[in-house]
Formats: sequence, C-alpha cells, structure tokens
Amino acid sequence: MSAVANPSTRRAQAGTTEAPWVRFTLIGLALAFLALFLLLPLAAVFTEALRKGWDAYLAGLAEPDAWSAIRLTLLTAVIAVPLNLVFGVAAAWCIAKYEFKGKAFLTTLIDLPFSISPVVAGLMYVLVFGANGWFGSWLAEHDIKIIFAVPGIVLATVFVTFPFVARELIPLMQAQGNDEEQAAIVLGASGWQTFWHVTLPNIKWGLVYGVILCNARAMGEFGAVSVVSGHIRGQTNTIPLHVEILYNEYQSVAAFAAASLLALLALVTLVIKSIAEWQGEQQAKAAAALPPERPSA
Amino acid sequence: MGAASDLTGAAAPRRRPKRVLPGFGLTLGYTLFYLSIIVLIPLLALLAKSFSLSWPQFWEAVSAPRVLASYKLTFGASFIAACVNLVFGLLIAWVLVRYQFPGKKIVDAFVDLPFALPTAVAGISLTALLAGNGWVGQYFEPFGIQLAFNPNGVVIALIFIGLPFVVRTVQPVLEDSEKELEEAATSLGATRWQVFTKVILPSITPALLTGFAMAFARAIGEYGSVIFIAGNMPMVSEITPLIIIGKLEQYDTAGATAVAVVMLFFSFIMLLVINALQAWQRRHAGMPA
Repeated sequence: MSAVANPSTRRAQAGTTEAPWVRFTLIGLALAFLALFLLLPLAAVFTEALRKGWDAYLAGLAEPDAWSAIRLTLLTAVIAVPLNLVFGVAAAWCIAKYEFKGKAFLTTLIDLPFSISPVVAGLMYVLVFGANGWFGSWLAEHDIKIIFAVPGIVLATVFVTFPFVARELIPLMQAQGNDEEQAAIVLGASGWQTFWHVTLPNIKWGLVYGVILCNARAMGEFGAVSVVSGHIRGQTNTIPLHVEILYNEYQSVAAFAAASLLALLALVTLVIKSIAEWQGEQQAKAAAALPPERPSA
Repeated sequence: MGAASDLTGAAAPRRRPKRVLPGFGLTLGYTLFYLSIIVLIPLLALLAKSFSLSWPQFWEAVSAPRVLASYKLTFGASFIAACVNLVFGLLIAWVLVRYQFPGKKIVDAFVDLPFALPTAVAGISLTALLAGNGWVGQYFEPFGIQLAFNPNGVVIALIFIGLPFVVRTVQPVLEDSEKELEEAATSLGATRWQVFTKVILPSITPALLTGFAMAFARAIGEYGSVIFIAGNMPMVSEITPLIIIGKLEQYDTAGATAVAVVMLFFSFIMLLVINALQAWQRRHAGMPA
C-alpha cells in the first residue's frame, strides 16, 4: 500500500490516522474488552444452560412454574408495550409538532423513569396501592389486589419502560418538521388520515426501534417487578424472577435454561434493532436525495 | 411589505397564525394524564410518605452505619465503573468510527447487548464466570484475588451495565467531526498525539462527560445484575437499593421510603447534570439548544 502511495499523500494520510501498529493495538484492545465483558457473559449463559445436555435443559423449561412465568412475562409485555406505544406517539406529536411553554420541562419529566432506580419505582407503587398505601383500604374493601398480584407487575413494568418510545420519536419527528403534515391538511386530509398516511410511514422505523427496546426491557425487568411481585410461584413470577428463585435454590441448569430464553430475546432484539436503524438511515438518505422539483414540468 | 400584508392581512391582523395541525389538545392532554398516573402520583406518594417521618427519625434511617456503608459502596463502585467505561467507551467508539476491520457492523450492533440483556441474566452469568471455580475466576483464585461476592464483583457488573452509554454518546460526535481541522493541525506541525489531545479531545469532551454521567446515574440505581454477584454482606458489599428491599421485607416501609428519598434526590441531581451536559453538547456542536 504505502509503496505505491507517493510521499505527499502519505503525509496527508498521517495527519488524520495513526501508524498501523497503533491502529492494530487499539482495535485489538477494544475487541478484547468487548469479548471479555460482553461476549463471555453471553456465551456463559448458554454453556451453563447446556452443561448437563439437552434433556436437562428442556426439563428445566418444561416445569409448570417455568411455563407460568413465561405466560406472565408475555402477558405483561403485551399490556405494557402498547400502553407506552400510544403514550409515546401522543407525547412525540405534541412535543415535536408544536411550540408551547414548559415543553423542555415536560420532556425532562418523560425521561424521569430512566433515572429513578427500579427498586425505588417499585416502592412508589407499594406506597400507592399496598395494604397501607393511599388506596390500600379502598382496594381491600373492593377485593382488588394490585400489589403482590399481576396488575402491580404490569404497572411497575409500564413505569420502567415509560420513556422508550417517546424519547425515540421526539427527536425523529422534530427533525422531520411539519411541512408534509401541513400540506396534507391543507389538501383536505383529516387529522387521522394525515397521521396514518403521512406521519406514520415517516416514523415507522423509529417506532420499531423504540418498541423493540421497550419490549426487551419489559420482558427483562427485575428490580421494580421484584418489589411488587411477592414472588408467588406459579402466579406472580416473571421469567427474571423465576431465574432468581431457581438460582438461589442452586438449580443452576434450570436457572440458566430460563435465562437462555431471555438471552435469545436479547439477541433477537439486537438484530431487529439493527435492521430498524439501517432502514431508518436508508429512509432518511432517500428523503435527502430527492432532487429539487422544477417550477414547471 | 405593503403588498404582502395586503395578501395575508385581509382579516384582522393576528399575532400568531392559527395552528394548522390538529390534535394538540388531545395529545398534550393524554400525555399529561398518563404521565400523572404512571409517574407523578406515585412520586408524590413517596414524598408524602417521607414527610410522615419526623426529622430525627428520617435522619436516623438514612444515616445508620449500615446505610452509610451502602452509599459508599454504591457511589464508589458506580464511579469506578463509569471511569472504566469512559476510557474503554472512548476507545470502542474511536475504533468503530475511525478504523475498518472485518465484522465491524456486528461488533457495532453487539455493543448494545447490555441494553437488551435482562439484568438478572447478566447477574447470574457474570457470577458464574467470576466465581472461584468459574472460567475467569479460576485464574485469579491462585493469586488470592476474589472477583465475585465482594465489591470487585459489584464494579464488574456495573461496568457491564454502563458500557454502551459512553460509546453511543461519543460515536455520533466523532462521526461528525471535521477531519480538516486535524489536517490543518498536522500541517502546522502538530504530532498525532497533540492533534488528539488539543483538537479531537476538546471537541468530544461534552459527549464524553454526558456518557459518563449517564453510566454513573444508571449504575447508582442498578439492582438486578449486582445482587447476584455482590455477596450482599452488610457493611461490605450491600448496595443501597438492597437496603431498601431489606427494610421492606422487615415491614419498615417508612425506613425504606427515607432511603429511597435519598436515592431519588441523587437521581434528580444526575438528571439535571445530564440535561446541562446535553445542552452544552448542543451548543458545542453549534446546534440550537
């Protein structure tokens, strides 16, 4: 390479990059760090799960308690993700499309659940709905259970996954501006038509990105759910809580078998996320590459 | 000017044009309603409960020796982990933006694993690796170094959890940085190291600090990955969120609330710091705040 390059280009190259040995050292260091801190833990999950072979692995997953944990995790995600999806779109619409007082403050409030410890979040719901909480006696009178029951798990999950869709859509919709929507409205489209046919196609990959991360967190949440769940086997255990119980009972293979389901979920999430990112970039590039229109055709 | 106002000002002169897009009232109303139910009312319940304690009671709950030890561990370990993430996050972002190597796209996507992998899974997996008989732990055991069931394990789990933050805040800034500045510095006689410290590093400092603050904030509140590996010995390896859980399990709701309010206070501070850093970053990049 350097043999054919003439001295002047080589000097220009040297200005913006490093000597080959520096490059290889840095790449090697970065990859070694990632292998040690990310790849190794991921590999360990599957190795530990399959330590005693496929039969033990499948036996760990076939337990009725494991099944009920899987069902509860899916149920929680099926409720929590759409709730936060609708909220995320509504919040992004009013924040990205309009100017109003207190907008920056509202945006900060939406980010709040990300900075609150999941354990504190769980405690907050105990204080509202628990036996001695604000609504505790009213709920007891009407025989409604929220804490140590499924509704509490869903609420805690909604809290910790609250900002995902909104914070993905807000910058995206701000960058796209209002021109296309205004044109649609002026041409006679209704608000809903404008949203479905103009806004939604523009934000769909951002939406997929937000939803997939929201879902991953909803299915994997541990701290907040742990506080409100009560750990009743077969009833209020999600997969992460099931993993914890098995692990503490030294049922290592069964614990890692259940954990491997969540690790697979994480890998699928990363793949879909990458596709959404890539498609979103393509869409943005295609929009930017449109030739300027001629005044008269 | 006159012609334009004839066209647009046929009706009474308006200060502001009417909003064309519908749905402002509906979406803002729903946003505030949902925000109140899910976030604000529970938050208020926490603060209200803490006011049911007298000041001496509150102070006793949040300053007991065991609780103080947990702050020291939580903040200390989070700080060390965020520092490690600062250095290696910058290295990984740099390598991903500036160099080419096979499998780069896969490595790039893989960096987000800690965001996608449930914390409990990370916790038991790191514990299995770092325990005295684990893949990694067995090489440290002969030297008398324990990686799991003590504060070392807490730091390692928090490094895992916070890894993507610095990478993802620095990466876009490095991608947008202008190579012309580096070329100019080089042509004026700067060495590559001088270019890095005097040209590149200042331009990415706001992003670096933002990523650092995010990793630190996340680490302070982290629970799932830490409790498996920490060993959870009082005064030694017990993190603050675990203190809250412990108090709850002993039906000391008021005490749990007091400690939670302290954590919440630091969450708010970190949120303000991160917001300020992001505003600085936007100004730095020449974008409107």
